[in-house]
Amino acid sequence: MITTTKPAPRLSTRPGPARRARRPLRTWLVAGAAYLIAVIFLLPYLEMFVIAGRPNNELGDATIFPKHFTFSNFTTLWSSGLGGSIGTSLQIAAGATVIVLLVALPAAYCTARRRFRGRTPFLLLVLATQMFQPAAMLVGIQREFTNFGVPPTLSLIIINAGFNLAFAVWILNAFFSSIPVELEEASMVDGLGRIGALLRITLPLAAPGIVTALIFTFISAWNEFLVALTLSLGQSTSQQPLTVAINSYIGEYSVDWGHLFAAGLVATVPVIILFAFIERRVVSGLTAGAVK
Amino acid sequence: MPAALRRLNLGRLAPLLWLGPAIALIGVVVLWPVVVMVQSSFQQIGGEGFVAGYNGTTNYSNLFREPDFVSVLLRTVLWVVVIVAVTVLVSLGLAQLFHQRFPGRRVTRWALIIPWAASVMMTALIFKWALDPNVGVINVILHHLGVVQKLGSNQADWLGNPTSALIWMMAVAIFVSLPFTTYAILSGLQGIPGDVYEAASIDGATSWKSYLQVTLPLLRPAILVATLINVINVFNSFPIIWEMTRGGPGYQTATSTIYMVDLKQGDVGQSASMSVINFLLVIVIVLVYLSTTRWKEQVDQ
Repeated sequence: MITTTKPAPRLSTRPGPARRARRPLRTWLVAGAAYLIAVIFLLPYLEMFVIAGRPNNELGDATIFPKHFTFSNFTTLWSSGLGGSIGTSLQIAAGATVIVLLVALPAAYCTARRRFRGRTPFLLLVLATQMFQPAAMLVGIQREFTNFGVPPTLSLIIINAGFNLAFAVWILNAFFSSIPVELEEASMVDGLGRIGALLRITLPLAAPGIVTALIFTFISAWNEFLVALTLSLGQSTSQQPLTVAINSYIGEYSVDWGHLFAAGLVATVPVIILFAFIERRVVSGLTAGAVK
Repeated sequence: MPAALRRLNLGRLAPLLWLGPAIALIGVVVLWPVVVMVQSSFQQIGGEGFVAGYNGTTNYSNLFREPDFVSVLLRTVLWVVVIVAVTVLVSLGLAQLFHQRFPGRRVTRWALIIPWAASVMMTALIFKWALDPNVGVINVILHHLGVVQKLGSNQADWLGNPTSALIWMMAVAIFVSLPFTTYAILSGLQGIPGDVYEAASIDGATSWKSYLQVTLPLLRPAILVATLINVINVFNSFPIIWEMTRGGPGYQTATSTIYMVDLKQGDVGQSASMSVINFLLVIVIVLVYLSTTRWKEQVDQ
């Protein structure tokens, strides 16, 4: 499992000497194709800048680029309660992340270190939850949380924590399993005690896994749309999470595209940067070690 | 287990202390909603969530009698099969490309993850704007190329026509599924030792032949897992269709998830019965997943 979380082993994929002679040209062809694909993946998101920066009087022009560029959509964005939505989204994402870590750390540590009856059923349960998505049980979630009168923001914290638990358990389990028990034992003998060894030796060594779980949970809670839409429907825009609040720029007859994409950039750019940090490790948590 | 740790064993119930919070969270967020959902599917529930009482299988029989039910289910199957198949095929190519060594590889891989990191809702809205019949950038470019004769015409209104709307929405769904799938296959490629290729080239295999006969079989587990995770994601996919067409005109571009959400506004009980049917389909997928992946090897390690 842990092999997949290490940086890519540098393998030689060159089949033979005949190919080696042509390699410089081939390398540049490969690079050119890769650059082109990278641009294709980037373009839709760059387009957000183009629309957000388009002056209002040019929104009706059928041109690829506007004649002028303005930042007014970004500065007037804040009067519409967007600050409140960012606050709500931050609360939900941070709350879910804290709960996931508090709940997943002991579970992952215990299943990595000990063999006991119920371990396999537990891991099977975790794996099964990874296969379920809120969309599949939306009616049940909505009725459960509204019947108990749980406030929307708190509901969304708990729900996002629950649906990201599996990823965190898997990736932390892999990291804990890779840390030699002997290392913990040695520090316990040195007088640190079990909890001391856990806090000072094991947790720091598992830090990359913890950071990955943390960022992944934060991003998926930040981006979550369907449950947020369902539970925060009757609320004022500033109390709705960002993904839902952005939709308030879509009116019955017209759409305020400039503000919509300015808000979209605020919602998107931070998570893209965060995701870049965990890019190499995130696959192993999702595929649960089945890819070796 | 080493002696020092065994001595600190708090007894047979100790694991429950460590796993308890996780089990509780799964219970509240995943298991209990399933119970509530199944129960609701046999109840008559008013618009405000007021329960009028049990009504047996009325919700189900009403659902099966809905004129759109069969076409929505068939469209869901088409939606999942096309998107997942194209995603996996394109990802196989992308993974092969990004597995090569070339200058700037890290930067290009970073660009590749953007649709994965960004919220699917935002991506859907970008494409909704880009397909705007009057000013959308895709239409403007197609107009310059002469594909679209006149801006603002029916021809430019891609999302107004069920067939072209579905094709565009499938394209967006493929676009956002590519990064994860490519990364999953890339991680599979990295697990293949280099000497496997050397052995193949000594045997005189051409690169295409060695891909089909050596690489592809070794990638099987990665492809399998990526496929199943994609099937579940695409089956439950909501933001793309919701933002781009709301499932319309009528229900002509709705999948079962969209249909379920829409039913919820009128008849919660019937929506619950649609959810139960969706849920049973997901369980079938999960069972396939568990039986095909080697999760047990991982667990018993």
